Amino acid sequence: MNDRVLRLVNVGKTFGRHRALADVSLAFVPGRVAAVLGPNGAGKSTLLGLLSTLSQPSQGRITLGDEELSRHSPIRASIGYVGHEPGVYGDLSARQNLRLFASLYGLANAERCIDEMLARVGLEGVRSEAAARTFSRGMLQRLALARALLHAPEILLFDEPGAALDPAGAAWLAGELQREREAGRLVVLVTHDLAAAAAIATHVVVLRRGRVARDQTRASFSADELRAIYEEATRGKA
Amino acid sequence: MARRSWISQAACIAWKDLHIEGRSREVLYTMGFMAALVVLVFSFAFISGQETTVGPDAVAGILWVAVLFSGTVALSRTFDRERESEAIRSLLLSPVPRSAIYAGKLVATAAIMFLVELLLAPLLAALFSAGIMPHVLWLGLLLLLGTIGFCSVGVIFSAALLRARSRDALLGALLFPIVIPVLLAASRATAYLLDPTAPDLDPALFWTRFLAALDVVFVVVGLWSFEPVVMGE
Repeated sequence: MNDRVLRLVNVGKTFGRHRALADVSLAFVPGRVAAVLGPNGAGKSTLLGLLSTLSQPSQGRITLGDEELSRHSPIRASIGYVGHEPGVYGDLSARQNLRLFASLYGLANAERCIDEMLARVGLEGVRSEAAARTFSRGMLQRLALARALLHAPEILLFDEPGAALDPAGAAWLAGELQREREAGRLVVLVTHDLAAAAAIATHVVVLRRGRVARDQTRASFSADELRAIYEEATRGKA
Repeated sequence: MARRSWISQAACIAWKDLHIEGRSREVLYTMGFMAALVVLVFSFAFISGQETTVGPDAVAGILWVAVLFSGTVALSRTFDRERESEAIRSLLLSPVPRSAIYAGKLVATAAIMFLVELLLAPLLAALFSAGIMPHVLWLGLLLLLGTIGFCSVGVIFSAALLRARSRDALLGALLFPIVIPVLLAASRATAYLLDPTAPDLDPALFWTRFLAALDVVFVVVGLWSFEPVVMGE
């Protein structure tokens, strides 16, 4: 596993006259799960958009090791993204979806990787021709994770991945995040669920009105500690 | 990871769209219905009793009006599957050049449209006694070139309107003025080809070449502009 640090230096993002992020300087380290917290409109999803290269900063720099993250940088192939929408084709089966993305990523031994990934997310027993649109929300999120992990990305970005999952699905997802952290992957998780974040996070970033209100790293956080950090950082929110 | 060629990545995108359409046939049926409807409405107006009063100019116009409206239906659905479940994000995050995504979408949409047109032309010939057989291959080439020109612009606007609320209404309003040169060249060339009294086919050749040149310009502009359009920045 790579040990490159994902670094943001004085990053800002504006949309027209609206400033979504300002002077954000952070470092995300492999082998940690960074939970990005904050109230609605704090800039969490904007931050994830920048980290995923789908959006470009208006100011500042984002680097992975010595390489700058940009729309055209090959780093894009090292990113896995799971959002609240699964990001797969509903008309294709689970295997066809993975086959498509394996092909786009140019994976060698694609079928073996797909078999392993389907087994890992527990979709190996699903009818091979069943279209993804017939899947439950939990199954779709499993497929989304399989798609995101298929090319063994260096960076994993999660945008409220457990938003519509039942408790069992959320617990499964937390276990997978833990597993990725232990494997030394760099994981950034945007969430509103403080309890879920506390279970896995070793790095907490709280955003408020587009700025970093708290950036703290520890071996672990309890739910109460995380709640206290969050409330203190967001106190006085309009 | 082995880096795949631009062409194989574009082919992969096109195959995916054609595979999905092959399963659902949603766009194919909707387009086919729309095209047949347009031709039938014109036939109600122009055909009375045994007499057909339609010249080659009008038949060419009817053909391209049907292509225009049915093609707009296809283009309005081009990015529907990417919009559902945010698959567009996964696609844009993959290491595929955005121009290859454009090319794949263009090929798939044009192929579906062309298939409908291959069924449309005989219907037109049957209803309006249009002589499509003497230059059937040339007519096929014209349909292909016209479709590529139309789709090359349409895919860009379809991507630009990916997240627009009234995209169906906007697509036509934005697309039609831009594709007027394509429709002009295609319908003029078609009219000359369908005219049995035409002294020679030089004008048809001129308009066919003009259409091919337009295609080159529109496809190049499309390849170049797709990335900023789809990234929305």
